[in-house]
Amino acid sequence: MAQTMTGAKMVVQALKDQGVEVVFGYPGGAVLPIYDEIFQQNDIRHILVRHEQAAVHSAEGYARSTGKPGVVLVTSGPGATNAVTGLTDALMDSIPLVVLTGQVPTFMIGTDGFQEADTVGITRPCTKHNWLVKDTANLAGTIHEAFHVATSGRPGPVLIDIPKDVQFASSKYVEPRKTVTSHYQPRMKGDIELITQLVDAMESAERPVFYTGGGVINSGDAASQLLRELVDATGFPITSTLMGLGAYPASGKGWLGMLGMHGLYEANMAMHGCDLMINIGARFDDRITGRVADFSPKSLKAHIDIDPSSINKIIHVDLPIVGDVAHVLEDLLRVWKSRGRKTNKEGLAKWWKKIDDWKAVSCLTYRNSDTVIKPQYALQRLEELTKGMDRYITTEVGQHQMWAAQFLTFDEPKRWMTSGGLGTMGYGFPASIGVQLAHPESLVINVAGEASWLMNMQEMGTATQYRLPVKQFILNNERLGMVRQWQQLLHGERYSHSWSESLPDFVKLAEAFGAKGILCTDPKDLDDAIMEMIKYDGPVIFDCLVEKHENCFPMIPSGSPHNEMLLGDANATNAIGAKGAVMV
Amino acid sequence: MSALKLKKGVSKHSAYDLRDPNADVDEPHTLAVIVDNEPGVLARVIGLFSGRGYNIDSLTVAEVDHTGHTSRITIVTRGTPSVIEQIKAQLGRIVPVHEVHDLTVEGPAVERELALFKVAGQGDKRIEALRLAEIFRANVVDSTLESFVFEMTGTPGKIDAFAELMRPLGLSEVARTGVAALSRGAV
Repeated sequence: MAQTMTGAKMVVQALKDQGVEVVFGYPGGAVLPIYDEIFQQNDIRHILVRHEQAAVHSAEGYARSTGKPGVVLVTSGPGATNAVTGLTDALMDSIPLVVLTGQVPTFMIGTDGFQEADTVGITRPCTKHNWLVKDTANLAGTIHEAFHVATSGRPGPVLIDIPKDVQFASSKYVEPRKTVTSHYQPRMKGDIELITQLVDAMESAERPVFYTGGGVINSGDAASQLLRELVDATGFPITSTLMGLGAYPASGKGWLGMLGMHGLYEANMAMHGCDLMINIGARFDDRITGRVADFSPKSLKAHIDIDPSSINKIIHVDLPIVGDVAHVLEDLLRVWKSRGRKTNKEGLAKWWKKIDDWKAVSCLTYRNSDTVIKPQYALQRLEELTKGMDRYITTEVGQHQMWAAQFLTFDEPKRWMTSGGLGTMGYGFPASIGVQLAHPESLVINVAGEASWLMNMQEMGTATQYRLPVKQFILNNERLGMVRQWQQLLHGERYSHSWSESLPDFVKLAEAFGAKGILCTDPKDLDDAIMEMIKYDGPVIFDCLVEKHENCFPMIPSGSPHNEMLLGDANATNAIGAKGAVMV
Repeated sequence: MSALKLKKGVSKHSAYDLRDPNADVDEPHTLAVIVDNEPGVLARVIGLFSGRGYNIDSLTVAEVDHTGHTSRITIVTRGTPSVIEQIKAQLGRIVPVHEVHDLTVEGPAVERELALFKVAGQGDKRIEALRLAEIFRANVVDSTLESFVFEMTGTPGKIDAFAELMRPLGLSEVARTGVAALSRGAV
């Protein structure tokens, strides 16, 4: 017998029935009835953030490190508008989120009421789908449907706007299994004929490369396992986007490292020179392709993606395979094995020899210093000292993010959380909080730049309140490093507003929040300081003063193809032409 | 040289669709989109077009199944073949969208638009307007001593042609519904 309850109680009940354990939120007038219900139960843990944007990024961190949807609860008006950046971030990076917003009562909608905003209108382009629930009878069903939409197909954020009178009114609760599921059922299995054609190509390819992305991780752990099996069995080289790091282990023998604008030389050269490109769950982002007209000109391209709109959007592909990565890889492996596990061994051996020559360039080489901490060195030491640990990394956005992707290694999926598509400064700190909540015993480090970090520094309050031992590893160059780098390369070294003046004393800031602050300025002290950070049981702000003018290399200048990488400062001047300058 | 057995540019989707996917010539396409008739669904579709920089030449929408609450949105858009493919894929991705049909490539289709024309004039011009209206099979739905309102159904081209003829005869206002379209044949 269906129970009758208030809309507010329904929200909590529906979340419980969906297996939700943690909600990130911030209360306000239009969600008070739901907060009252949260107060009267102990199954769902509510984490009080200090800003709604941080609630969404925390939920993203939680979702990406667990594979489960993240849940957010915020109030109407400013609560909802503050969530917009996080929603857009989650949409770009395909992160499943269910965001609940309060709304003014239905009879006040459209009157410019206090804290009223057209939330479904504002968030329509930055959610996968959203709903305004005007009748309590539809509330539970809508929440169940929201979880279905957020997590199936290409995952993404969804939002449910709940007017306050709908929270107060009562109706019959609908259980998840009794909810009428919508027609939204994305296709999982790939076209077997196209998969067989891909096997044909794999059997004869001389210079194949796997190009994988976040879709592998989103597809689930089975997809990562199948990918490993496929790469190791074929002996093909593999590169990955920023979003896909960890799906194939960095210690694996096929691994070329990350590709793209700040990707490794060998990875980009392999993409440029391959004769068969197998894109698995990546989307030919402009950070990856460089100049589209010259992108991997001689290759046959296969693209496996669950989202049909990703296919042929940027790069025309020869074998478009719409389906879930795990399902397609399973079929691909089965067909390839049943036909005798053939590869072009001779061609492959030559291809690897060529790749080894590219590797010999050692594109990540930098000039180290005895007196100043180089950011690359700081990350190398962090990697060395934390390698075998149960470790999760989040990042902010900028140079430090690219260096982290280059110098830290990931052997498992869901260990690396970074804002890829949207490039949201301020993402990493709240994300680290979400990750730490999901993995209380693990080491969670946010590799940050001081400018990005300041954007959501208020979350120190959240970290200390919930005793979350998140480590804020700030590579402090007192600059917006990536902006400064582009101004150097592109704007005649006129560093317009790209330095961080009036920085706080990070050690005192940590202490003001009841956390630990560590300042490190000398390369000789670095190892001890990092160990002190790791061993401390509580949140730490690690202020690592690094070289101020270091540039991030290698780099494909915007508007250039893969084979025209800059390897260091020497060839960087005037590298970007007028056409490239308009690109971001 | 590549030892690949497969040739570049091979795609099973090209078996019937012989358009060059890399052509850079804009062509008009009529799309029929079947959607759940729920609040905001039209805003989602229009927002997709404006947000991604696609063009809308004409758009009509109405609920066509009152029990299933589905609406049919007919959109006339234009773009290169690859842009049209992208528009269809993006439309298909919207959660309340059930089906997307490209009536321009799926086979022969009928396209009709209804238009109202207000023509004000006296004397010979007035007689000429009425005579032309008869030729075009337009109906007079309102008349005064100084004006007519004609109603006409036809292809957008026929409506354009009639409007051109009415212009020197005192055409003062035109209202058009936009294109409604169905595929020809039993299915």
